[in-house]
Amino acid sequence: MAITKETVSYVAHLARIQLTPRELEKLSGQLKDILDFINKLGKVDIKNVSPTSHILPINNVLRIDHPQESLPADKALENAPHQEGNFFVVPKIIE
Amino acid sequence: MNKVNLNELTAHELLGKLKKEEITSEEILSILVKRIKEVDPKVKAYVRVDKSNGQTGKRANGQTDLLKGIPISIKDNICTEAYNTECCSKILEGFKPPYDATVIKKLKEAGALIWDSKTNMDEFAFGSSTENSFFGPTHNPWNLDCVPGGSSGGSAAAVAADEAILALGSDTGGSIRQPASFCGVVGLKPTYGRVSRYGLIAFASSLDQIGPITKDVQDNAVLMNAIAGYDPKDSTSVDLEVPDYTKALGKDIKGIKIAIPKEYFIEGLEPEVKNIVEEAVNKLKEIGADYKQVSLPHTEYAVPVYYIIATAEASSNLARFDGVQYGFRSKKPKQNLIEMYKNTRGEGFGDEAKRRIILGTFALSHGYYDAYYLRALKVRTLIKQDFDQVFKEFDCIITPTSPTPAFRIGEKIEDPLKMYLSDIYTISANLSGIPAISIPCGFTKRGLPVGLQILAKPFNEELLFQLAYAYEQNTPWHTMKPKL
Repeated sequence: MAITKETVSYVAHLARIQLTPRELEKLSGQLKDILDFINKLGKVDIKNVSPTSHILPINNVLRIDHPQESLPADKALENAPHQEGNFFVVPKIIE
Repeated sequence: MNKVNLNELTAHELLGKLKKEEITSEEILSILVKRIKEVDPKVKAYVRVDKSNGQTGKRANGQTDLLKGIPISIKDNICTEAYNTECCSKILEGFKPPYDATVIKKLKEAGALIWDSKTNMDEFAFGSSTENSFFGPTHNPWNLDCVPGGSSGGSAAAVAADEAILALGSDTGGSIRQPASFCGVVGLKPTYGRVSRYGLIAFASSLDQIGPITKDVQDNAVLMNAIAGYDPKDSTSVDLEVPDYTKALGKDIKGIKIAIPKEYFIEGLEPEVKNIVEEAVNKLKEIGADYKQVSLPHTEYAVPVYYIIATAEASSNLARFDGVQYGFRSKKPKQNLIEMYKNTRGEGFGDEAKRRIILGTFALSHGYYDAYYLRALKVRTLIKQDFDQVFKEFDCIITPTSPTPAFRIGEKIEDPLKMYLSDIYTISANLSGIPAISIPCGFTKRGLPVGLQILAKPFNEELLFQLAYAYEQNTPWHTMKPKL
């Protein structure tokens, strides 16, 4: 499975990253090399092997549901590049 | 007062002097800051250091005096309340966390000094050389033309150059151990779940661990005592009693069974490194341990598995950097929301971050998920089973930490695949969740340090300390200092 420039451009869009034409060119070549290398995983016999997404045998970790202090709004907003009142401000999304 | 400057001492030596009231913690910090001013323009281990004159040392009223008065240097991806934490990325420019990471809280409780400066790293811990930092590379104190390793290169270089007493790093695929090896210091990646990840800015959540980088093994155990333990705020941390790690030091290593995996001693390993590591293994035999060759048959798949899993998790974790909640936002005029996201991320992330996010997004995308991500998770199972098998018969595994000593700045930066392969010996410990330590075990003819990696069963850090300490006490490497 080779990765094309079109695929890289599409995936970059999905990942919400604007690439310059030069970056797209360079990245496509590099990702092709990296995937060529990764493709050696195709050689491994994985029949009847279950996936490991997590290394520890712990599941469904719950805590007692009693209220705890949370971050106050002004602190949560403190780092925002653009804020107003108690809100994060983003470019207009409704025409 | 002293022939040796305070900054050159270990934490356990300083703690002794503090207890006897021979010195004060203010003296330590001021000598440290002086040292940083002197050598950091060459080493560049710290970022934003010019702001800090050590006046900002903060000490919560320590419940314990485990680390009372000892300044700790912190990697730039661990949140410190009110002190910039930027992952050495433009996209987190100016970010001041509203809370402390659990490890920072624990350090303050132990009486340690947390100050307004951070150590350099590859952006978001993406790299093996610290060259991917927005602030520029750190230089290896043993040879300023070489990299310090990465991604915790700033922490390792600071400790090696006596610009730090103790440091914290994080390790996702070798980011503590490989720089420790390149800089001739001691670095531990604890068992996954041993140290809380709360407040560690996530790279790959199933692999990341915070760990200590120190001048010797004893300091490493002391720092682990302070940071290890269960944290309700990290649901992947494990509720298991934390032993006193310093009790493992000085225990006899007679009869300990060491496995030497043959797949780690093949082509690609520099002959000089190979010889030094083999000598170290013989030294351990001399002082009582036994060793035998074993096989970890899926070793060659560790790097490809890692670069699928780690990038997939990273692509998801880094989705939060969108110019809305914190950090940098693109200033391009007249952008709609999607354009704002894309411009912010396009301008804010460096090359390696873009590469990894795109690779990870690809591996998770429709049509490729089974072939890449799911397959990688299955091979991860096989890699873990290799280790389980060996640990049935052996107490630990010993390998080189890295196939080469520190390489030159610029040597691998244009070839990402070559850079990825420098983690070939460290990645498996993250994939299988086991603890691993790197300790100095000699120097090449060019004067660069070489690291020995010891790996053990989950939650058996004590054995790592026991063996590492025994080796250290019988060798001179940890006492050697770079000339700066």
